[in-house]
Amino acid sequence: MTMKARVHVMLKDGVLDPQGEAVKHALGTLGFRNVEAVRQGKVIELDLAATDKAAAEAEVKAMCEKLLANTVIEKYSVEVA
Amino acid sequence: MKAAVITFPGSNCDRDLAVAFERAGAKVTKVWHKDAELPRGLDIVGIPGGFSFGDYLRCGAIAARSPVMRSVADFVHAGGHAIGICNGFQVLTETGLLPGVLMRNAGLRFVCKTVRLRVETARSPFTNAWAKGDTAAVPVAHHDGNYTIDAEGLARLKGEDRIAFTYVENPNGATADIAGVLSENRRVLGMMPHPERAAEAAHGSTDGVALFRSLTAALATA
Repeated sequence: MTMKARVHVMLKDGVLDPQGEAVKHALGTLGFRNVEAVRQGKVIELDLAATDKAAAEAEVKAMCEKLLANTVIEKYSVEVA
Repeated sequence: MKAAVITFPGSNCDRDLAVAFERAGAKVTKVWHKDAELPRGLDIVGIPGGFSFGDYLRCGAIAARSPVMRSVADFVHAGGHAIGICNGFQVLTETGLLPGVLMRNAGLRFVCKTVRLRVETARSPFTNAWAKGDTAAVPVAHHDGNYTIDAEGLARLKGEDRIAFTYVENPNGATADIAGVLSENRRVLGMMPHPERAAEAAHGSTDGVALFRSLTAALATA
């Protein structure tokens, strides 16, 4: 059975995100005046050969700790469906 | 001095680093990233600049999990020396062999120019040919050289005299102008600037030679 996992990786709160700042600036240039903050991150989708949702979630969290996120500056969240 | 230089797919300073080691009197072996073992009797491993694995995921992240890096970590934990330059510095932070992380340059631009470095400590096998406070003209060429570390980590680096080099004029937003840091045992150096590209007259600066001369002096007995 295949399960789908989706990982969101974002910079931790308080870590300056120069790319997000640049996107915010560009949106302002285009006339979008209501943008107060922009944070840019990554979405990583995985197809897993797994049957147990909890076990799959634990495995994907281990992947985040070992490779998918750099936990010095990044936080992550995992959804398995 | 016996040195190994690692090549990843996308490394592009591996040959320059090997030549700089050789001119300092080292015997150099090139090692491919899939090689699980390092040559025997090594004094130092060099992790070169470039764009390993296309900078996919994060700079240095994929290279840091390659087979050869497990051997490099074992070598370092057994007391071996290592130097990571530019992408090599990113690889060393991704493996956890050095603290902190290299983030996107604060100005978001790729910076490619010669900068002036200040030697912050002469107390290391990489910097013993300089005196503290000396400056050196060395090129940088990077998009992700913004060294970032939390306040506690920075206090520790300062307290333990582990900041090897700072920028006289910060080109990338790095915390405390840091250009290079040492490991706790002072045998691992990571730095964004390229001393191997300031190693002969044709390069426009020979200020990088002092780093390789320092290593020869520290490791010559082997």
